[in-house]
Amino acid sequence: MEIALPLAIGVLVAAAAYLLMARDLPRGLLGFVLLGTAANLTIFAAGRIGTMTPPLVAPGAQALEAGAANPLPQALVLTAIVIGFGLASFALVLLRRAHAEFGSVMSEDMQEAEPPLAAAPPAEPAPTPPPARPRPVPAPAALREVV
Amino acid sequence: MSIAPSLALGLPLGLGLAGAIAATMMKRGVAQAGAAVAALAFLLYLLAAPGVTETTDLRFGFWSVPSLGVVGGLRLDGLSLVFVLLITGIGALVLLYASRYLKGDTRLPRLVTLLLIFMVAMLGAVTADDVVTLFVFWELTSLASFFLVAYDHEKPGARKAALQALLVTGGGGLALLAGLILVAMAAGTTSLSGIIAAREAVLAHPAAIPAMLLVVLGCFTKSAQFPFQFWLPNAMAAPTPVSAYLHSATMVKLGIYLLARLNPVYQHEAFWQELLTTAGLLTTAVGAIYALRESDLKRVLAWTTVTALGSLTMLIGLAPALSATAAVTFLLVHALYKAALFLVAGIVDHETGTRDAAALGGLRRAMPLTALAAVLAALSMAGLPPFVGFVAKEIIYEAKLATGGAAGLFASIGFLVNAAMVAIAGLLSWRLFFGPLRPTPATPHDPPKSMLAGPILLAGLGLLAGAAPSLVGAWLVDGAVAAMLGAPAAVPLKLWHGFTPVLALSAATIALGLLLLLAWGRLMPRLRRASAFDRFDTARLYDRALAGLVAWAEGTTRLVQHGSLRGYMQVLLLVAALGPLAVLVARGGLDLPEAAPLDFRALAFLPIALGAIAAAVARGTLAAVMATGLVGFGTALVFLTFGAPDVALTQFTVEVLLIVILATVLIRLPVRARDVRTGRQRTVDAAVAGALGLSVALVLLAVLAAPFDPRLGEWFGAESVPGGHGRNVVNVILVDFRALDTLGEIAVLAIAAFSVIALLRASGRGARVGS
Repeated sequence: MEIALPLAIGVLVAAAAYLLMARDLPRGLLGFVLLGTAANLTIFAAGRIGTMTPPLVAPGAQALEAGAANPLPQALVLTAIVIGFGLASFALVLLRRAHAEFGSVMSEDMQEAEPPLAAAPPAEPAPTPPPARPRPVPAPAALREVV
Repeated sequence: MSIAPSLALGLPLGLGLAGAIAATMMKRGVAQAGAAVAALAFLLYLLAAPGVTETTDLRFGFWSVPSLGVVGGLRLDGLSLVFVLLITGIGALVLLYASRYLKGDTRLPRLVTLLLIFMVAMLGAVTADDVVTLFVFWELTSLASFFLVAYDHEKPGARKAALQALLVTGGGGLALLAGLILVAMAAGTTSLSGIIAAREAVLAHPAAIPAMLLVVLGCFTKSAQFPFQFWLPNAMAAPTPVSAYLHSATMVKLGIYLLARLNPVYQHEAFWQELLTTAGLLTTAVGAIYALRESDLKRVLAWTTVTALGSLTMLIGLAPALSATAAVTFLLVHALYKAALFLVAGIVDHETGTRDAAALGGLRRAMPLTALAAVLAALSMAGLPPFVGFVAKEIIYEAKLATGGAAGLFASIGFLVNAAMVAIAGLLSWRLFFGPLRPTPATPHDPPKSMLAGPILLAGLGLLAGAAPSLVGAWLVDGAVAAMLGAPAAVPLKLWHGFTPVLALSAATIALGLLLLLAWGRLMPRLRRASAFDRFDTARLYDRALAGLVAWAEGTTRLVQHGSLRGYMQVLLLVAALGPLAVLVARGGLDLPEAAPLDFRALAFLPIALGAIAAAVARGTLAAVMATGLVGFGTALVFLTFGAPDVALTQFTVEVLLIVILATVLIRLPVRARDVRTGRQRTVDAAVAGALGLSVALVLLAVLAAPFDPRLGEWFGAESVPGGHGRNVVNVILVDFRALDTLGEIAVLAIAAFSVIALLRASGRGARVGS
C-alpha cells in the first residue's frame, strides 16, 4: 500500500503537469483540478494509511482507540477539497470571461499584459524560449529612447 | 566682529532651503529673491571669516548617531572658506543674471529652486566635518545637477546629457561611499578632522590602497578627470547660468575639494602623488586639445574647464607647499575668470542668437561693456600681468619646475597646454569682439545691468586680486593651504618675481598662444575632422557600456518575461521537479517504506492512475472532463476504504458538482477539441511532467519511510470527547479546535462565490459569445 499509493499519486501529478502545460486553458484548468486532488491524496498519505477504522470515539469511551485512522490529515483534506472546489469554480468563470473578452481559449491569444509573442505559435519552445527573437520590450525600450 | 558658529554655518543652509521652498510659490522677482538669499549667505560667511585662520576654525555639530559611531557636523576652516565664498558669491551673481537671461520663462521658479537646493548641497558638502554629511550633500549635488542639466527636458539631447552626468557622477558617488566607509573604519571615526589626525591608522589599514582608489574614483568622476571628462562638455545642454555656476565654478570643483581635504592623509604617499599628477596631466592635455576642436563657445569653455580641473588635480598631487599655494590660487582665479567668461558667452548667445565662435566677430562696438568684461577675464585666463591669472600661472610653473626629476615633462606639457589656453582666451576676447563685424541672427547690443553685473564684477575682481596678490594670500589662500597640508606653510604670493626662468616661460607661452590664435581659423576645422580624437574618446566606452547594459536588460527581460504561459509553467514545474530530486540525491538516496501487502483497496488506485492518464491524452476536452471525474471518484474510494468516510462523502459531493459545472460551462465554449501541441512540444512537456511526477512519488516514499510522529493525532483523539464534547474527531477538529480556520475557509468560499457572480454579470453585459 505504502508504495502503490505514492506511485499512483506520481502518475496523477505527471498527468496534471502535462495538462497544465497545454496551450489551451480548459486543459490547463483540468490539470489544475487534478493537481489539487493529488495534493489532497499526498496529505492524506503522509498522515499514514492502512487502517479502515474511521476516527470515531466509541460510545462510552473517552479517547480514540489506538487502531483508528489519523484524524488530523482528514480534517486538513476536508478543508482543502472545499477550497479547491471554490478555486476551480472561480478559475472556470475567469476562463469563460476571458473567452468572452478575447474570443479564444488559447493562452497565446491572451497577451494584454505580456510582451507580444512571435507571430506564429512557436514551433519548438524550450523550457525558456531562446532570447534571439526580436521583440519590442516596453521598459528597456523606454530607457533606450532616453539614452 | 564675529558671529556664533551655529549662525555662520547653519543659517546659510537654512536660508537656502527656505529660499528654495519660497521660490516654488513666488510669481515675480523669484530670481532676484534667490540672488538676495545667496548674497545674504555670502555676507554671513564673510562675517565668520575672521574666526577662520591657518590654525583656527569654526565648528557646529548638529546631529549624531552614537550607536553607529557617527558624529555629524559642520566645520569652517580655510579650505572650506574659499569654497563657501565662491559658492555663495558666484551663486548670487548667477541668480541675478538668470533673472534677466530667462526673463519670461515660466520655468524660472523651478530653476531658482533647483539652484538654491544645489547651493545648499554644495555648502553642506564643503563645510561637512564628517564623511556621512559630506556624502549626503555630495549626492545631493549630483541630483540637483541632473535636474538642472535636464532643464530643457523636452529635448532628447538634454535628457541624454543629464542622464550621462548623473550616471557618471552617481556611479563615482557609489565608489566614494565605499571608499569613505573603508577610510572611516580604518580611522575609527567618521569625522574628517579625526581621519586626518588618524592618518597613520588609515595608511596602515590592509585596505588602505583600495579605499584610496575608491575615494579618488569618486573625486575623478565628479571633477571630470580623464577618463571621465566627457560628461562635462555634454552637460552644457543646461542653460548658461547653470553651466557657469555648476560646471565651471562650483560642482566640478567638489572632487578637487575632497582631494585637497584628504591630502594631509595621503600627501606623502608616492602612489597618491603619481596617480593625481598622471591623471591631472592627461586631463589637462585632453581638455586643451578638445577645446581647440570646438567652435561652440560653451563647449570650448567646458573643455578649458576640464583642463583647469586637471591642473588642480595635478597640483594637489605635487607634494610641497608651493604647489598647494598654486592650487588654491588657481582655484580662485579659475572660478573668477571662468564664471565671467561663461556669463559672457551666455550674453553673446542671448543677444546675437548664436554661440558659434567661427560665426562671430567685431562685437566690440555693439556691446562695449560685455567686451570689457570678456577682455578682463580673458587676460586673467591667459595669465597676463597684472591679472591674478598671471600670479597663478607663475606659481604653477614654479611648482612644476620644483618637482625635480619629472620637472621637464610637467613644464613642457604645462607649457603647451597654457599656450592653448592663451589661444582660447584670445578667441573669446579678441576674435569675438574685435576685427570685422560678422552678421548675426539678432542685432547685438549690451544686455541690461543685471546680466552685466556678474561678468564685470568677477573679471574686475581678477584684476584687483592680481594687483594686490598678497592681500588675497593672507586672507584666503594661506588658510586653505594650511588645511591642505595639515600645517601652516604658505608661500607669499607676488605679482613680480623678477627676471626668472619662469618669466621667460610665461613670455614664450604667450607668444605660442598668439600664434595658435592666428591659426585658429584653419586649425580648428582640421582638428575637428581628425577622427582619431573621436575614436579614442572615452565617451564611446560610456556609450558602449550603456548600450550593452540596455541590451543585457532586454535579453534578461525576454528570457524571464517572454509572454508564453506555457513557458512559465514549464520553468515552474521543472524547478519544482528538480529541487526535491536534488535534495534526495544530496541525502544519498532513498529508503523505501515498509509496505503492507496489497489488498482489494489497491483497486481504488487504478481509476486514479488510469483516469489521470486518460485525462492527459484525451482527444476532446469533454472526454478529459470525464476522465477527471474518474480520478475524483477513485480518490473518494481511497478515502472511503482508508477510514475517512467524511472526507469521501465530501469528495463525492464536490466531484459531482464540479463535473457538472465543468461540463456545463466548457460545452458552451467553442473549444478546439484537440490538444494543439505539436509532437515535439508534447515530448518536452511529457518529460517535464514525468520528472515532476517521479519527484513527487519519490519524496512521498521518502516521507513514508521516515518514522512517524503520532503525537498530534493522538492528542486530538484524546481531547475530542473531554475538550470538544464530540465523538467524530474530524468534525471536532474542524468546528472546535480549528474553528477559526474553518471560518476562514467559509470566508474564502464566500469571496469566490461573489467573484463568480460578479464575473458572470460582467460577461453578461460585455461582448457575449455563445449563449
